[in-house]
Amino acid sequence: MTEAIPRPVSRRGLLTGGVLATGGALAGAAAVTAARADRPAVRPPEATLAAEVGTAVEPFYGPRQAGVATEPQAHAAFVALTLKPGTDRAALGRMLRLLTDDAARLTQGRPALADTEPELGLLPARLTVTFGFGPGLYRAADLDDRRPASVADVPPFRIDRLQPRWSGGDLLLQICADDPLTVAHTQRVLVKDSRPFATVRWVQQGFRRAAGAEPGRTQRNLFGQLDGTANPKPGGPLETAVWVPDGPDWLRDSTTLVVRRVSMNLETWDLLGRTDRELAVGRRLDTGAPLTGTDEHDEPDFAALGPDGLTVIPDFSHVTRAHVTDDRLRLLRRPYNYDGIPTANGTADSGLIFASYQADIAQQFLPIQRRLAERDLLNEWTTPIGSAVFAIPPGCPAGGWVGQQLLG
Amino acid sequence: MPSTRTRRLARPAALLSAAVLAFAAAGCGAPDASTAIPTTSPTISTSAGTAVGVIGIRDPWVKAADKGMTAAFGTLVNDGDTDVTLTGASTEVSPMELHEMTTQDGKMVMQAKQGGIVIKAKSEHVLQPGGDHLMLMDLRQPVTAGDELTFTLTFADGRTQSFTAVAKPFTGAQESYAPGHGMPGMSASPSPAP
Repeated sequence: MTEAIPRPVSRRGLLTGGVLATGGALAGAAAVTAARADRPAVRPPEATLAAEVGTAVEPFYGPRQAGVATEPQAHAAFVALTLKPGTDRAALGRMLRLLTDDAARLTQGRPALADTEPELGLLPARLTVTFGFGPGLYRAADLDDRRPASVADVPPFRIDRLQPRWSGGDLLLQICADDPLTVAHTQRVLVKDSRPFATVRWVQQGFRRAAGAEPGRTQRNLFGQLDGTANPKPGGPLETAVWVPDGPDWLRDSTTLVVRRVSMNLETWDLLGRTDRELAVGRRLDTGAPLTGTDEHDEPDFAALGPDGLTVIPDFSHVTRAHVTDDRLRLLRRPYNYDGIPTANGTADSGLIFASYQADIAQQFLPIQRRLAERDLLNEWTTPIGSAVFAIPPGCPAGGWVGQQLLG
Repeated sequence: MPSTRTRRLARPAALLSAAVLAFAAAGCGAPDASTAIPTTSPTISTSAGTAVGVIGIRDPWVKAADKGMTAAFGTLVNDGDTDVTLTGASTEVSPMELHEMTTQDGKMVMQAKQGGIVIKAKSEHVLQPGGDHLMLMDLRQPVTAGDELTFTLTFADGRTQSFTAVAKPFTGAQESYAPGHGMPGMSASPSPAP
């Protein structure tokens, strides 16, 4: 077992050496091909890279749950459960011990206990399982006084067309990995162990670019827009925006999650020309730069005027309405695309699983959402059809279980 | 949660994974020798009255059930230089037997394991659905998902060892519910779990 560890590493070393040998070329298709040509005895480098995607591991135990600040994986399933009537505080403890153990094993590439398909548990592909507590969980545990105040149903907005089938939930399992089979198996294991305690309320499955396809790049949604440019930067800004810094142990190092299912009307979006699309967002589609800048991360200049005397960035654009400058008010967006089955006449069922993390929903998410609901040109083409809120409790030490600070 | 049970677990070091005994974490029960993920060594738990663990018990679990019969599984690890023979098992909630599955007349049948379960020196013996298992014959109370049950193993030389297993929801292992269990030659026709 231990002897298997160095192998991928040494293969990677060979690959790097090969790349460098070809004249310092940056890793890329050409360099990879060259490396293979130079070293025919080595296994094909693309196989090595693929293997690394499968065996990559994200830590599970720690003061904070993984799957929040974690670089987003390519695939996700958001599974919302409704607790059964008898699931009280003690039962929640039993349930979360079981689910935590499943997550602790599967994220590290070990089959779950009593795993009926143990071979599917061997490739974690950066699997994370993140647990979220909806308002109903606190009520079920008779601990409503410990519910973070902002973890309450988002008030209705004029633009909402919420459907019960995508809304609410007492317990959320956010399952993310760079491999969709890993996500599916993990979902199956967790749902099976949840069945004595809860029913499945809704599942939303989403995707981004494949692992390694566009490293470090802001994700694109199905309108072709970069989505998440304004995220707080890792380090201080993200700390401030996302994590609760103090308080009792069931609150410290927690955060909150808003999951909104946003239907995107590709049919009416198709009617827009490129210029109108960019005006609606206030950013260029190719680079994501504000209309007043050249780089994705340039600060938008909302005062800049065009030749027609109007602001270059319209005041009804998405970037104008969503803009915040104070890091404490930012949202960490970690969205996934969904793409359902088109109707017979080809009408798309596409959209975004909007997922935003913030220390406080009322302070951070709601003000932005209010401004967007009032006046955001993108509302013409997007419709919120689902909404759910969860506290993301702190993580747990090795051998502990998620929720132990609250329920233990 | 039966926290009183977990507290019985003597070795704090073993609590490395807390869940440990609950989940006797660490090791991987399944055939994962091909992964590049290191595993920790098997957890050994001993009851208060036993000075040394006879064997390691990795990934123990018991199938949750409301009544009737159920079974416990896990991997028995013998790191010692001599064979060890397991001759009995007990738990508070049910009388127990050691069982094996075998094929007779083309059918899988369950029967009492004659002579006990031998764990060879320097080897492992897997207790799993469809194979050898620790049979709970008649539950006096429900075994609920997430419960932790304490079991005591008895060995041929008179030594005993306790361990804790977590109850998992599990719809397989239907053979455990066969009528005529433990009777050599009786067919293990499946019946639905409670």
